[in-house]
Amino acid sequence: MTLLNPLASSLSKGHAMPTENRDDTLAAPHAQAGAPALAAAIPAGHGHVTTSEFKIRARDVNVFYGEKQALFDVSLDVPAKSVTAFIGPSGCGKSTFLRCINRMNDTIPSAKVQGSIEIDGADVNAKSVDPVVLRSRVGMVFQKPNPFPKTIFENVAYGPKIHGLASRKEDLEGIVESSLKKAGLWNEVADRLHQPGTGLSGGQQQRLVIARAIAVSPEVILMDEPCSALDPIATAKIEELIDELRSQYCIVIVTHSMAQAARVSQKTAFFHLGKLVESGPTEEMFTNPRDTRTQDYITGRFG
Amino acid sequence: MLTWLSLLFLALFSSAAFMAGRGRAVKSAGGAAARLHSLPNYYGAYAALWAGVPAAILLLLGAMFGGRVEDALLQAQRPAAVSALTPDRQAVFFSDVQATAEGQAASEVTYEGALKVAFDAKVAEARTIDGVVRYSTLGLAGVLALIGFFLAVPRVNPEFRARNRVEGWIAGVLIACSVSAVLTTLGIVLSLIWESWRFFESVPVLSFLFGTEWAPQIAMRADQVASSGAFGAVPLFAGTFLVMLIAMLVAAPVGLYSAIYLSEYANRGVRATIKPLLEVLAGVPTVVYGFFAALTVGPLFRAGFNWLGAQMIGGPLDGVGQYLGEVQNQMALVAGVVMGIMLIPFVSSLSDDIINAVPQSLRDGSYAMGATKSETVKKVVLPAALPGIMAAMLLAVSRAVGETMIVTMAAGLQAKLTANPLDTVTTVTVQIVNLLTGDQEFDSPKTLSAFGLGLTLFVVTLGLNIIALRIVQKYREQYD
Repeated sequence: MTLLNPLASSLSKGHAMPTENRDDTLAAPHAQAGAPALAAAIPAGHGHVTTSEFKIRARDVNVFYGEKQALFDVSLDVPAKSVTAFIGPSGCGKSTFLRCINRMNDTIPSAKVQGSIEIDGADVNAKSVDPVVLRSRVGMVFQKPNPFPKTIFENVAYGPKIHGLASRKEDLEGIVESSLKKAGLWNEVADRLHQPGTGLSGGQQQRLVIARAIAVSPEVILMDEPCSALDPIATAKIEELIDELRSQYCIVIVTHSMAQAARVSQKTAFFHLGKLVESGPTEEMFTNPRDTRTQDYITGRFG
Repeated sequence: MLTWLSLLFLALFSSAAFMAGRGRAVKSAGGAAARLHSLPNYYGAYAALWAGVPAAILLLLGAMFGGRVEDALLQAQRPAAVSALTPDRQAVFFSDVQATAEGQAASEVTYEGALKVAFDAKVAEARTIDGVVRYSTLGLAGVLALIGFFLAVPRVNPEFRARNRVEGWIAGVLIACSVSAVLTTLGIVLSLIWESWRFFESVPVLSFLFGTEWAPQIAMRADQVASSGAFGAVPLFAGTFLVMLIAMLVAAPVGLYSAIYLSEYANRGVRATIKPLLEVLAGVPTVVYGFFAALTVGPLFRAGFNWLGAQMIGGPLDGVGQYLGEVQNQMALVAGVVMGIMLIPFVSSLSDDIINAVPQSLRDGSYAMGATKSETVKKVVLPAALPGIMAAMLLAVSRAVGETMIVTMAAGLQAKLTANPLDTVTTVTVQIVNLLTGDQEFDSPKTLSAFGLGLTLFVVTLGLNIIALRIVQKYREQYD
């Protein structure tokens, strides 16, 4: 619900990103025209409406990089306040799909996205949506920790500053502290907030980047193989953190580790060669997969 | 001719040594090259190097210094009649002896009596010495080649580590190259220091560094040699600084902004067009910029200021108008602006590389936070690239300080201590050119002052380069 208003009034923000080169005819018919209507249909200020069950609804998403098609007709529902894992062999399109959700593919000039992806019923690819506003609602954590070459404090304060979330210095300090606490990093860095974030260890950097994403109070956090560059202890800490964050955010995680998907996620989607093969509750996927390809992959027979 | 022939012969001998060394290696391994420690060619190269290189070095040294040795031997003993001559006449005598001995035209001096006897004796001696030096060099080279050959070839056996030895030779050549570059630099610095020392013997260092009047031509008059105050370098450095400042005011923003546009905003097609064009601009010789400044920009600026002055005359700013009406073609502003244009591609190309070196992951991180492109550039990319950009600017400054042609043509020659960009100024480099062009003795303070200026300028640019390098090193540690 909270997403709708900023999306609708998104043109207020400076529009510096390349605009989406979108083919309207291929989008789901209800995508743009339906968005305001849907918004009106949902009773405002109501905690448990039916749409809140699924935060993200994707329908017939096709993605092209130049001539090459990377995703084929992906339709998937991502539940709110839970962790959804995308698994599949390298190059299967799971990261591409992830990057569609916050329109990071806009930064790649040759990328073209078709189909509809709705967050709380509003199409993220609609012309009225400013990707800049969208991304402040949909945070992202990358494979390799990428703290800015600034202090730890400045790293976390970056988002709140550019979005004007804190008018006073104390507010900003409060946001930084609570974000670092949520990311489980506060105790380790409280006495060195003004040292460079690049001086932290890899696992600490990744938690710093998560704190940076949390600081703008997103509703969705996308994680693109967040633990692939980390050792097992740092990985365990991040997984614990993901489990804690689940109560507040809708989390989507791309992972190559089947064990990790089983540990942290409630829902799992299996991608293969650009197609969504199967999705469902994680337990079911791992104990009783319907598709043989899924079974082969999770038992390690290919991939 | 003889040297070239003998070098050719040596090359043939060296090739023979190669074949011998290689053949012996293969033979000693019983035809199975795999049993050898090194590849067969290494054994050949080892023998060829020993047979060829020492002899070649001797031949080249002989070609370079043989003449000197001959002169020294010839002049070691001077007949009494020759010793009686003045040193100048003695030099003429010996050069005539050399020329006659080699069958070339001598000077028109005629030698009579005892001198004639001495002359003929020395000519004969010169011919003998020439033959001895020449053929002894050749003989010695031959002996060296043979020694090398017979030292190297018998050592070849399957256990012999020829590859390591040959690589040692290669390392030696590489070291020699780098050492020669360092030694050349050292030689330049030492000669600068030596000549400056001679200059500072006649002009005190302090009055040179802090004097405010530059009038080197006064010292040309014998009775006023080294009159202090005429060699105050402050106006020159002030002029240099003024022109450099104007140049950087043009080059820094334009170059940096074009770099930001090229690396962050331009699409691939635009970038592929503009970058080569900028690099063409960087390839224009400075003398071309110089006459562009003197013939196009100078008159244009003059016309502009004169017109502006004409509008002001009679008004409340009458004085300013009068001044602007008299502005000439040559001024610091013209030189500075054109130099700035010259530096734009330099600054832009360096900054573009530095901005591109900022990892894409940082930009992605910023975009994923909901930052706009301009926020990303301002708050993430530029801060990360700042040390490198600073280093690029400092390199541009040291180029501006060392630039000569544009200023010679467009800024004038008068040494004035002024901060007025519309006035004529002169710079250190321009003065050095003026002091040293033309036929002059290098012993008056006037010419020697060029070395004083050169040394000071060298210290300034060296300092700037060191600072730039330091910043670049720090920059490298920034991310990763």
